[in-house]
Amino acid sequence: MAAVCFMVTMVLYFVATMSFLAYLLRRSEALSNVSLAITAAGFISHTVALVIRMVEVSSTVPPSFSDALSFFSWMIILVFVLVEFRHRIHVLGSFMVPLALVSLVSSAALPETVPTLQPVFKTLWFHVTLSMLGTVGFTVAFVAGVMYLIQDRLLKSKQFNVLYSKLPALDFLDHLNQQSIVLGFPLLTLGIVTGAISAEFARGSYVSWNPEQIWALVTWVFYFVVLLGRLTVGWRAKRAAYLTVIGFACVILTLVGVVLKET
Amino acid sequence: MHLIVVGLSHKTAPVEIRERLAVPESRLGEALTRLCSYPGVKEGILLSTCNRVEVYSIVDDVETGYERIQEFLADTHLSLSSEQLTPHLYWHTGDRAIGHLFRVAASLDSMIIGESQILGQLKGAFEVALAHKTTGVIMNKVVKKAISVAKRVRTETKIAEMAVSVSYAAVELAKKIFSDLHEKTVLLVGAGEMAKLAARHLIAHGVRHVRITTRTPQHAVDLAAKFGGTAVPFDQFKDDMASADIVLVSTGAAHYLVGAEDVHRAVEERMNRPMFLIDISVPRNIDPAVRHVDNAFLFDIDDLTQRVEQNRAGRVQEAEKAERMVLEEVTIMLDWMKSLEVTPTIVALRSHVDDLKRAEVDKVLTRLPHLSLQDRELVEGLASSIVNKLIHRTMVTLKAEVNSSNGPAFVEAARRFFSLDQPAASVQQIEPSRESPRYHPENAAESGAEDPVSETSVRKRAR
Repeated sequence: MAAVCFMVTMVLYFVATMSFLAYLLRRSEALSNVSLAITAAGFISHTVALVIRMVEVSSTVPPSFSDALSFFSWMIILVFVLVEFRHRIHVLGSFMVPLALVSLVSSAALPETVPTLQPVFKTLWFHVTLSMLGTVGFTVAFVAGVMYLIQDRLLKSKQFNVLYSKLPALDFLDHLNQQSIVLGFPLLTLGIVTGAISAEFARGSYVSWNPEQIWALVTWVFYFVVLLGRLTVGWRAKRAAYLTVIGFACVILTLVGVVLKET
Repeated sequence: MHLIVVGLSHKTAPVEIRERLAVPESRLGEALTRLCSYPGVKEGILLSTCNRVEVYSIVDDVETGYERIQEFLADTHLSLSSEQLTPHLYWHTGDRAIGHLFRVAASLDSMIIGESQILGQLKGAFEVALAHKTTGVIMNKVVKKAISVAKRVRTETKIAEMAVSVSYAAVELAKKIFSDLHEKTVLLVGAGEMAKLAARHLIAHGVRHVRITTRTPQHAVDLAAKFGGTAVPFDQFKDDMASADIVLVSTGAAHYLVGAEDVHRAVEERMNRPMFLIDISVPRNIDPAVRHVDNAFLFDIDDLTQRVEQNRAGRVQEAEKAERMVLEEVTIMLDWMKSLEVTPTIVALRSHVDDLKRAEVDKVLTRLPHLSLQDRELVEGLASSIVNKLIHRTMVTLKAEVNSSNGPAFVEAARRFFSLDQPAASVQQIEPSRESPRYHPENAAESGAEDPVSETSVRKRAR
């Protein structure tokens, strides 16, 4: 049953991605509502799939890396829908929905046996959710950064094309970039802290210096510097956009590294 | 009762004719009263702008109505004779007149397609006509519909969204850099006309802080007072640049006033907040090398013009969509007007009451099977007589009021009292329309630009 729902979700996200990409390249606004509707339908079926899966494995924590990626994809859509409601920036969907699709497809490609956590952490949904929400924040920052760089390039080269007309104002994108890091960073911090505390309870040591933890700390330090640079020496606009794109690339490489090692 | 439009526009008449024919707003009322004093002219609206002078009128007869309005137009200016005027005039009646009004209101017939002034001018003309009571039921409905069509075109197409003037293109670009212009500061260097216009547009879009510098200090102070801004000494403006989000330069200087290093320093001082620089001067006053400074966006007059050209093309595309909307709306309007014709209303009324009578008589007769043939006829006769007497006055009044200005009001009242527009009413009995082929944008275009003479006027001249 869960598998069927995941299948349906994947198809819907795929169609939504295509629709959102077509929206990006066509002058008409008509496709935005269609794309949103398909995304919403996908989100509902995804939610159902996740709940069924949770009952099946009787755990609130994604039991495998595959499940974690699916959960991550779900949260990307959730945050997209929230931002969409708040700011009505449809074009965000053209960037975030494809990311959610990629995440979900990778989840399906991975075997369900690769564990995310040791059994002792089974009740620690708190740690997982917080860290993931933090990462979703960085994802939004990344998307805002990419959009910023595209719009910056278009303005500089005076290419007033469809993409130019669809993308929002530069300072809005910079603001979105900042907000996502400002929200994402404390969430990741809390995620790391709760993870460390539970490790202390389970194993008697806060940190065991495995690659996953090292990379999490590196990510944390990177975004800490990015945030600090913005607030003190004006690392905003184009520089902030570049930094968040690089940061996100690190996050993804970390995840890929972890998965490759585990499998 | 015919709707007719007679007029001339930028497409058919040179400015020398238009300016002589134009009626100033203060004299509109007087002109309207004079228009309606011509025999056979029932209602009228006079739309007079710098690009067109048009009379929309309800007349008893199309041919004489046209002549009366032509006389009226020739009389508005002493130096104009009918002979001078006629070659520039176009005229439409019925559906084509409605279509023309809708296109004019929606700014599809304007010199700059999609400009917004015309709608306000039409509303103004309508208000004057209302104040002088020179319009009736039909005209009011048609003009109100034209206004709502124009609004629909505005909201459902992008015809008015795209900037088609250089000064406005600057605002459009500013909005792609700053989402909210309210807290932004604009620095005006030099006071060229276009720069002032752009500044005015920016202020209209929310910019609150204006700083101005010119070579002549007093000039800057005067301008600052006008814009509600602050004057900045000319030799200090480069140091002031960091406080400006938007820098508008247009001076007569023959060299670069602002170099790449100046902008680089300003951006650094602004902690990398983006800066929008517009150089409307020819020769240019901002070094083009500024393009390579991060977070500074420089646009010169050519960039703005390029944007305007693109938008013009975009508006023409949107205009096609708008034409389709006009077509739809004309059809709706025509259906309403047709319903106001007296003959179909009388036919519909007759058939409506006959149906009622038939149904009631049949009901009674089935309950009284024992009646003789003679008695049955008697019952039927009774019903007919009551029904006829009931609608007699209505019929007589409708026929009597056909040609009065209240005619349409009576017809509409009758239709509503007897629910003639309900599906049950035998709509199919309404006579086929006497209107010429329905309004079509192609026809309108052909009668607008190249050939100002509509088919009706050709027929007329041939006589």
